[in-house]
Amino acid sequence: MSEMLLSVSEHVLSPGGLTIDHLPSVLGELVGPGIDAADLYFQSQVSETWVLEDGIVKEGSFNLDQGVGVRAQSGEKTGFAYSNAITAEALSQAARAARSIARAGQQGRVQAFSSSAVTALYAPDNPLDVIGRAEKVELLKQIDQATRALDTRIKQVTVSLAGVWDRVLVASNDGSLGADVRPLVRFNVSVIVEQNGRRERGGHGGGGRTDYRYFLAKDGLNESRAMGYAREALRQALVNLEAIPAPAGSMPVVMGAGWSGVLLHEAVGHGLEGDFNRKGSSAYSGRMGEMVASSLCTIVDDGTLAERRGSLSVDDEGTPTECTTLIENGVLKGYMQDKLNARLMGVACTGNGRRESYAHLPMPRMTNTYMLAGESDPEEIIRSVKRGIYCANLGGGQVDITSGKFVFSTSEAYLIEDGKITAPVKGATLIGNGPEAMSRVSMVGNDLALDSGVGTCGKDGQSVPVGVGQPTLKIDAITVGGTGA
Amino acid sequence: MSAVEIVGPQAVPQLQAQVEQIIAEAKKQGASACEVAVSVEQGLSTTVRQREVETVEFNRDQGFGITLYVGQRKGSASTSASGEAAIRETVAAALAIAKHASEDDCSGLADAALMATELPQLDLYHPWAISPEQAIEQALVCEAAAFAADTRIKNADGTTLNTHQGCRVYGNSHGFVSGYASTRHSLSCVMIAEDGGQMQRDYWYDVNRQGELLSDAASIGLRAAQRSVSRLGARPVPTCEVPVLFSAELATGLFGNFLAAISGGNLYRKSSFLEGTLGQQLFPEWMKLDERPHIPRALGSAAFDGDGLATYAKSFVEGGELLSYVLGTYSGRKLGMPSTANAGGVHNLFVSHGEEDQQALIKRMGRGLLVTELMGQGLNMVTGDYSRGAGGYWVENGEIQFPVQEVTIAGNLRDMFKQIVAVGSDLELRSNIRTGSVLIERMTVAGS
Repeated sequence: MSEMLLSVSEHVLSPGGLTIDHLPSVLGELVGPGIDAADLYFQSQVSETWVLEDGIVKEGSFNLDQGVGVRAQSGEKTGFAYSNAITAEALSQAARAARSIARAGQQGRVQAFSSSAVTALYAPDNPLDVIGRAEKVELLKQIDQATRALDTRIKQVTVSLAGVWDRVLVASNDGSLGADVRPLVRFNVSVIVEQNGRRERGGHGGGGRTDYRYFLAKDGLNESRAMGYAREALRQALVNLEAIPAPAGSMPVVMGAGWSGVLLHEAVGHGLEGDFNRKGSSAYSGRMGEMVASSLCTIVDDGTLAERRGSLSVDDEGTPTECTTLIENGVLKGYMQDKLNARLMGVACTGNGRRESYAHLPMPRMTNTYMLAGESDPEEIIRSVKRGIYCANLGGGQVDITSGKFVFSTSEAYLIEDGKITAPVKGATLIGNGPEAMSRVSMVGNDLALDSGVGTCGKDGQSVPVGVGQPTLKIDAITVGGTGA
Repeated sequence: MSAVEIVGPQAVPQLQAQVEQIIAEAKKQGASACEVAVSVEQGLSTTVRQREVETVEFNRDQGFGITLYVGQRKGSASTSASGEAAIRETVAAALAIAKHASEDDCSGLADAALMATELPQLDLYHPWAISPEQAIEQALVCEAAAFAADTRIKNADGTTLNTHQGCRVYGNSHGFVSGYASTRHSLSCVMIAEDGGQMQRDYWYDVNRQGELLSDAASIGLRAAQRSVSRLGARPVPTCEVPVLFSAELATGLFGNFLAAISGGNLYRKSSFLEGTLGQQLFPEWMKLDERPHIPRALGSAAFDGDGLATYAKSFVEGGELLSYVLGTYSGRKLGMPSTANAGGVHNLFVSHGEEDQQALIKRMGRGLLVTELMGQGLNMVTGDYSRGAGGYWVENGEIQFPVQEVTIAGNLRDMFKQIVAVGSDLELRSNIRTGSVLIERMTVAGS
């Protein structure tokens, strides 16, 4: 048994008088007649947030959440119950509730546990403890003061620091037994500037599955990474002070590298999650092997990148994550799968079974989704546009996977006129149809970048951390929702 | 299958005792003041799809949170763990944070004299004696009605019946402690229509504190099916400037945006386009926006706010003029104003309306866009700039012509509020915000 498995089981099971040896009998109780698959998901999570505004560290909060989720599956049916208490009695009660979905059938089986060696993608240490509380407070104050000193037009600065330490243990009747210890940290700066009575906001941040020292590390200009976020937030706010109304209508759009990968997350990613395709509810359903994007597009979902926000050593069903090719040279190659949908579709699981917590059911979710680099020079891409929009930074997005319609909103965008980036334009929502927009990708840059590590994806009311990325790319026509001419 | 255990008013005394125990522990560890919330919730959620059970989920959540003060310094902690050790450790975690936080002149509990004393009974607790089998049966009836409604309904995305009951107690070191039990039940249906190579989904739902008062299951399914089918053949329209009619269920969002813009948190952070607009005419003269927090059984009702202050009925807007911001104790102090007993939000907002229903407003609009779907977040709270993905129906000669998709609607909320032409009598009753459909004089629609 691995050291991680031992330490996690000691932490989550021992306080309630349990050991790993108790789990086969709980699974045995769960896997009665008619149950095909069952699992137990134990979790213990500590998290904290520190917030500075108005120049003072106004509040901090700490949360401890723990519990066990118990799931039983019979064909396409799933029964689920959970408990905050991790004791034999609570487990037994949850197991009875979860297995109530079973009708008559064969007695299920519990395989002997085996845990395979997994490559750790991040350090198991508690990221909250690497620096003291006084240092956290000092860091926030220092960034606030240094930011305010940059420009007299700054009216408000908000700085926040957040960390999570998650310990999970998954045991399934198929014999898989996995543990993972997951750090996750985030640092954000938001700035409000004012000039001639006009106010604008800019924000930036970053993070990953690492610890707070990441923000103190020097990044380029002999300055901390945290200060880099602050400069970037200010830069965006100042750009927006000069913004004119965005145009309205269909036109060419150039998407910048990095965080603009939100485009792929919405236009492609969700539509390729296994559950929607099993149910035939996605605009991509039944299109495996077909051209669903221009031949310049190769898109992957990669959960194996070290220390990335969307990465996982094993997913929430204990399956090691993979780099899954979703679209290769425009051709649909693969869906993202959890165990249930892989079993029902008769394909391999891709390590995309994720859940917000023990109190939620797993489902196929993205990890880090990005497009591979192409061959065009980013400047050449801009030069190729007579009149259009350059989207340097985005806010959020949303998709209706059935009709394929998706939106994303810009937070920093510019007009392109005669091949040159000119005036900044106000934030606008862009709307398109996934497969259609992807088939209009006519140039892909050689400058692949991943985002800085602040993305959160929502599906069926569950939030999970994700990553996105892409090179600069051009879409020949998409609708821009401004108010200008 | 086992029926759901009941979490109800009988849990209140025990939770009150827990609140008092946590407050005592905080004092013992050295907090000068504190406030505590304890809750326990239980529910059942069943989903069917394609005439089969898909999931049966039993939920049970418990936990408590504490915010404590050491002088003017503040720290918070929460946990789902229970027992004396969890209380000790959680209080200690909050205290450790407070010791490192900055002095904040505005922090601290509301004045003791302001604590709610007389609490009205709001009748929010109506457990629904429904077994998992019965819940599945209702969901199946709902979905079957949807499939039977139209041959173009080819697929389903889930019909879910939810029943939920909870009990929550709030107390603080002024000696205020009070709590209540409440319930919430809902039935929702998402259907997929298919025709001519196009797939469209739409939904319908109902929600009520009393399960027996939910709309008939078959009528919910039928409405979901009709809505999905009516989306078939949707297409963009050319870019234009036209009147826009927000259906009632989406119009709630416009007033939700308004409440956010006049809420103390956004105001003191200089993050609202409505900062400094108290006393100004923001809406047409005939408009009135009232909060009525004590309506029995209503979804938004509450006797006291997040700081322990008694909620009370008031107008935020009268004669189109902004009369009051939405303030809690902290944001009020930051702005130098008394709290409006809205820590945690507004309880039941009523928007004044005319006699015309949605049909009449479509006629009145003549030519424009009826919006029944919005996508994306697309609102800049600092400037009021509004740009969102939209779907709905094109209206010409006062009648619906064809479904529309893949367009955006854009404007500035400040202008949009002023340009409200009419509010319909077709009230949305499933929301904390009660409004009819809203007709806006002019917005930019971007499309093909």
